[in-house]
Amino acid sequence: MTVTASASEPRPPLQRWLLVWAVALAAVLVLFLLQSSLPWAVNYPAEAVVPVADWVSALMGWIKSNLSWLTRSITAVLGVPLDFALNLLAKNFKIGHGADTVVLPRLSWVGVCAAAFLAGHAVGGRKLSLLVGGCFLYIALFGQWTSAMLTLALISIAVPFCIVTGLFAGIWAWRKPWAERLVVSPALDLMQTIPTFAYLIPMLLLFGNSPVSAMIATAIFATPPMVRATMLGLSRVPSEVDDFSEMAGCTARQKLWRVLLPSARPTLMVGVNQVIMLALNMVIIASMIGAGGLGYDVLLALRALKVGEAMEAGLAIVALAIALDRLSQAIAHKQAKGHIHQAASRSLWRRYPNLTLAIAILAVTTLLGLFLPAFAAVPKAITFTTAPLWKAAVNWVTINFFDIIEAFRVALILNVLNPVRAFCEGFPWLGAVFLLGLAGYQLSGLRLAALVAALTAFCAITGLWEKTMATVYLCGISAFIACLIGIPIGLMAARSDRFEKIVTPIIDTLQVLPSFCFIIPVVMLFRVGDVTAMIATVAFAVVPAIRYTNHGIRQVPPALIEAAKVSGCTPRQTFFRVQLPLALPEIMLGVNQTILMALAMIIICAMVGTRDLGQEVFIALSKADSGRGIVAGLAIAFIGIVADRLFNAWTAKARARLG
Amino acid sequence: MTTKQGSTQPGTDDRPVKLACRNVWKLFGANAANFIRERDGKACMADVAAAGLVGAVRAVDLEIRQGEIFIIMGLSGSGKSTLVRCMSRLVEPTHGKVEFEGKDLLKISDAALIELRRHRMGMVFQNFALLPHLNVLDNIAFPLSIQGQDRSTREARAREVIELVGLRGREHFYPRELSGGQQQRVGIARSLATKPEIWFLDEPFSALDPLIRREMQDELMRLQTMLHKTIVFITHDFDEAIRLADRIAIMKDGEVIQTGTPEELVVNPATDYVAEFTRDVDRAKVISARSLMRACDGSEHGGAVAPDAKIASFSASIVSAGKPFAVVNGTGKPIGEVTPQAVIDLLAGVDRSGARA
Repeated sequence: MTVTASASEPRPPLQRWLLVWAVALAAVLVLFLLQSSLPWAVNYPAEAVVPVADWVSALMGWIKSNLSWLTRSITAVLGVPLDFALNLLAKNFKIGHGADTVVLPRLSWVGVCAAAFLAGHAVGGRKLSLLVGGCFLYIALFGQWTSAMLTLALISIAVPFCIVTGLFAGIWAWRKPWAERLVVSPALDLMQTIPTFAYLIPMLLLFGNSPVSAMIATAIFATPPMVRATMLGLSRVPSEVDDFSEMAGCTARQKLWRVLLPSARPTLMVGVNQVIMLALNMVIIASMIGAGGLGYDVLLALRALKVGEAMEAGLAIVALAIALDRLSQAIAHKQAKGHIHQAASRSLWRRYPNLTLAIAILAVTTLLGLFLPAFAAVPKAITFTTAPLWKAAVNWVTINFFDIIEAFRVALILNVLNPVRAFCEGFPWLGAVFLLGLAGYQLSGLRLAALVAALTAFCAITGLWEKTMATVYLCGISAFIACLIGIPIGLMAARSDRFEKIVTPIIDTLQVLPSFCFIIPVVMLFRVGDVTAMIATVAFAVVPAIRYTNHGIRQVPPALIEAAKVSGCTPRQTFFRVQLPLALPEIMLGVNQTILMALAMIIICAMVGTRDLGQEVFIALSKADSGRGIVAGLAIAFIGIVADRLFNAWTAKARARLG
Repeated sequence: MTTKQGSTQPGTDDRPVKLACRNVWKLFGANAANFIRERDGKACMADVAAAGLVGAVRAVDLEIRQGEIFIIMGLSGSGKSTLVRCMSRLVEPTHGKVEFEGKDLLKISDAALIELRRHRMGMVFQNFALLPHLNVLDNIAFPLSIQGQDRSTREARAREVIELVGLRGREHFYPRELSGGQQQRVGIARSLATKPEIWFLDEPFSALDPLIRREMQDELMRLQTMLHKTIVFITHDFDEAIRLADRIAIMKDGEVIQTGTPEELVVNPATDYVAEFTRDVDRAKVISARSLMRACDGSEHGGAVAPDAKIASFSASIVSAGKPFAVVNGTGKPIGEVTPQAVIDLLAGVDRSGARA
């Protein structure tokens, strides 16, 4: 069996590596102890900092002053559909100026809610229609309608844009392997590891503080999953179907559009679902550069420390996220199951009953809105507000539990956070470059070693070493705690179907929530600071640890477990000697994802007053200092890439050993 | 069947050659084309391996005649699928010629190839390769629709072939709503919709369970009596091969090691490998009176059979009659006789030299 085979491998190489690591660690320790005589090896000397930030600023300045015609025309072109969507859903159309302005109303909220019900009914039956319609009704009744529709309008324009761009990029990468290797893959890696904040700065600079720049940032951020889904879907089309299209005499174009892409549709729909969710996440964050909508409400409330209002807007985001996610997932699921034949019918009404009904209701209610204001805007009389309730709850908690929470917070800071932080920030940069390079060499070879060392060195020579290590510390400790919580939960879920049934909907929901939403409740209890950042990050990043662990244990082939039982393993032995070793690569993938998500979240936590690279980006954003922001953003991306590459190399090695 | 009788007499088949492979090679690996060109299309297996190449198809020479069912038989990895893809140029051969009605397929332009595939070739796949987003009618009409035929013309044609394969009433079903056998009927109908002259069937029944497979084999024979296509049929199942074939080519390690009628393979296997396949075959169903007959020695005949009649078709009556049967040709003239003893020997598996004069 593969498990025993790996144990009986010859020992010497392992022992040699142990020795190498002992020597390396000792060398770094010496470096640390000698820091008085070799200060440049611990803290990168300020006078040798390479002014990458200035170069980037100069470049952006040049682009801004010389290519403004381009950015202006892009803004103008994209502004047209965007304005249309904003007016249609949120703002009303205003035609003409001054006294003779004609106002055409936006879509009535009653109609939109009804359309949401029908959409849910069409793709997922009654349960889904209640959920989706309920979410929209919730948004309306809790007085978040206009903001939510602003957000929805942005998404509805950004998503088709992402889908089309992603589709073409994916097709290109699939057709031309060199393009995939040299252009698309590296670009996708960067796009997904550069923190969301860092996108905003160049957009702000080039396109100004407007919904258009928010939409462009959203489009860039949300496109990668579509590219990946297209590549995956096309490569998964069975080779026989490919052969068939050749034999039927398809031209290259017919083959792609009439055979391959339709066959890949289920995978493409999964990509669409991810695009929608990422777009929602980004539209919320992009409220900082003028997206408006729910994200802006949260931002304003957080800045003013109005927890009640923040919570309300946050819950509206949650409702919108759940509605969009479940709806698009149901569509993807329906696609994956395949088509069912229906009696052919000529009339539109028969073929698309839900669609025609939805359009009819939208038209009628919107027209009614011209005469009855209750249809045009959600009447104040029927809306609720829970803000005072939340405020009261927070007050009650702070009054009654202040001592406990405070004691917990202080203990955490004194005993855990501060020591780790001191250790990280004092870590010699040269030592880190050396040790990570060594790890890269052991796991994969010289190329990985060089990549890892170069990326780490970048963080130091741009003068961001201390802030980098502050990020590493907070991210590391959060990811560690997330794994400490998530992996045992995943293990339990894997061993008990009942427990899994409870856990799955919870982590599904956690996963669709935009990162912003995690901060709000924590900030209410722990105020601003590292503890808040850490707790929010743990809650955000715990999902992949649970999911991958559960999946890893469950995908161990039943035949192997039976073999273990037959050879007389106790359940305990089966678990530790068979299931766990076989699931380990998958679990490590989960850890990898957890680290990447923690990194993304830590950056957003700059809003609650951390002192790391995220704060650097945040400050750059408020000052519109593109060089500073982009370099800090790259440093964050590089931390992510280093962690990702090392973990992937390790997983690949473990996979190869398990066969 | 008339087609079958003609080909049992080697050398007498005067039907035109529809498709021919002339020293076709398909090698995988770096510089494969140079390797085989330098050796002028000749290389042994050891050479190929020494050059670090994998020989999927090696030095294949075949002639497939119009209207015959030509079966390429081999175990998995023997290169049969690659060979059939070389014939349709789905895979570009490394060396050699593939002649379609005497014209080298490898030299024609892409546009001509598309034209050829649209109108003169059809192919059926092991796993059906139906398009999941189209219903039965649209799947079958698909090859016509990409030729640019208008909806009513192509749907009329699609309904014709749906009728032909017995799928009426399922026009609006989607592939996943059909059983495996029905899906393959759709695959067959789709490949017939364009009225191809040469029909490639790549293990069409291998994904079906045995009962359905048998039913589909009968169905194929029924269609062939009506359509008289030139068929290239791939299989790994020797029983299927002898059931359907006019001629069989047996492949091993990329080479064709023997080509012949089922009877020739059973009676004169070229190698032990071929003999191994034919060992468990029900010989009485394959061997014809011609192979078992000897010169008439003047004894009284209990009946008469045609030279092509399989032994199984008259074994019961000859044994109960207890007298030799005359073998008579088309004009009723006896050309030899078959003795009950020879039939009994064959049924019992006794090998007596001289019994197969």
